Amino acid sequence: MHHVILERWSRIDSPIHRRDARIKLFASLVFLVVVATTPPLAWRCFAVYSITLLIATLIARLPATELLSRAALVLPFCAVFGATTWWIGDHARAIGLVEKAFLSAWTALWLAGTTALPRLLKAAEWFGVPRLLILVIQFLYRYLFVLSGQAQHMRLAAACRAGAVGASRALFRAAAGALAVLFARSYQRADGIHRAMQSRGFTGAFPAVALGRLNFADAAFLTLAVVPIVTVRFL
Amino acid sequence: MSPVIDVTGLTYRYEDGTEALRGIDFHLDPGECVAVLGANGSGKTTFVLHLNGLLTASSGAVTVCGMDVTKSNLPEIRQRVGLVFQDSDAQLFMPTVIEDVMFGPLNQGLSQTEAQRRALLALEQTGIAKLAQKAPYHLSSGEKRRAALAGILAMDPEVLVLDEPTTFLDPPGQRDLRDLLKALPQAKLIVTHDIPFARALASRAVFFDSGQVAAEGPVEEIIHRFDWEFR
Repeated sequence: MHHVILERWSRIDSPIHRRDARIKLFASLVFLVVVATTPPLAWRCFAVYSITLLIATLIARLPATELLSRAALVLPFCAVFGATTWWIGDHARAIGLVEKAFLSAWTALWLAGTTALPRLLKAAEWFGVPRLLILVIQFLYRYLFVLSGQAQHMRLAAACRAGAVGASRALFRAAAGALAVLFARSYQRADGIHRAMQSRGFTGAFPAVALGRLNFADAAFLTLAVVPIVTVRFL
Repeated sequence: MSPVIDVTGLTYRYEDGTEALRGIDFHLDPGECVAVLGANGSGKTTFVLHLNGLLTASSGAVTVCGMDVTKSNLPEIRQRVGLVFQDSDAQLFMPTVIEDVMFGPLNQGLSQTEAQRRALLALEQTGIAKLAQKAPYHLSSGEKRRAALAGILAMDPEVLVLDEPTTFLDPPGQRDLRDLLKALPQAKLIVTHDIPFARALASRAVFFDSGQVAAEGPVEEIIHRFDWEFR
């Protein structure tokens, strides 16, 4: 499960995991803006961005191959737009589209893999993201576990009773039915979770996570992460 | 000695008009342990959800530690009545066990340090201190049950309400839970189909039938009267 793996990664102990969530969020946003505004064929820039991300991934002790393969999941989607752009003759833009999408996905995964979600959301709140949006993301994330758990159970239950070989129509019908049941069950489960939260005093806001003070190591990290990419972008 | 929970004439109707509870009268004294028995769908869970203010009575009154259960005092009611749900998975929603156990105390307005202190104490009490940093979905059923109980104990409630606490537990897990609950000083209300468990813990039983209290009295008497034992 994708989110379970990210959750596990975010609990690794590394010099980057120990950095303040605000610094990592800010550095990632700067990185994304720099990547998005780089001209498509500026190979030197993209090489520096990739090397910076790779170093950050290795220092964070994240499994690079696994992380890159997950980042590559965006490729089929952006490749469609890339191919369309290529077809109309704008080759540079097509290449830019694919490389920027890949680097952005890599950055997002790196951020999620190095910062636990409650801290990340607390940092976002510190930057002024509306509290309601934060709450919605928190619930969405929690219910994702619920949904995937239910789906796993149903998949196993279906596999236990799978007998018809090649009955693809029946399989399709079963999958469609399972989807409806999954929705109903998830709704029921989500209701149960909400009740459990209420019974422990939940009144609409998650308990605050303390972010702590920024220190010298945070400042050093920010400098090392941002200065090279901004320099290479604008020089 | 005034009861910690006092219920009089409690009636609850679902939105479609179905009457789930009909004129329930019940009391729970401090330190007492009562088993709630009855068939599936007889209204046991609906009843206990009223004790924590999760459901609001259509008519009748629920009093917890001398306070009427109303919207205005729900935070206090929920601090005093700890509800352990049948499905532990529904109760464990934070990324790690320690964060989940801290959820209640933080909602009570305690500081991070105090909430953590209480959480660690509750985890010690339930024997799962070593699992503090684990993700709840990696725990076994027994461990989940203990973590769910720790989440409630960390709130320091005066009453523990447990809905089917032995579901999914193996016999050693059931024994451990029984011993743990025996050692806790709080008043306890245990909804269960597990007769040996009810016998071991409760001094009194109430029997629910079609949304009503059909009988109440000593556990043994109720079991025999309703022939409520697996043979």
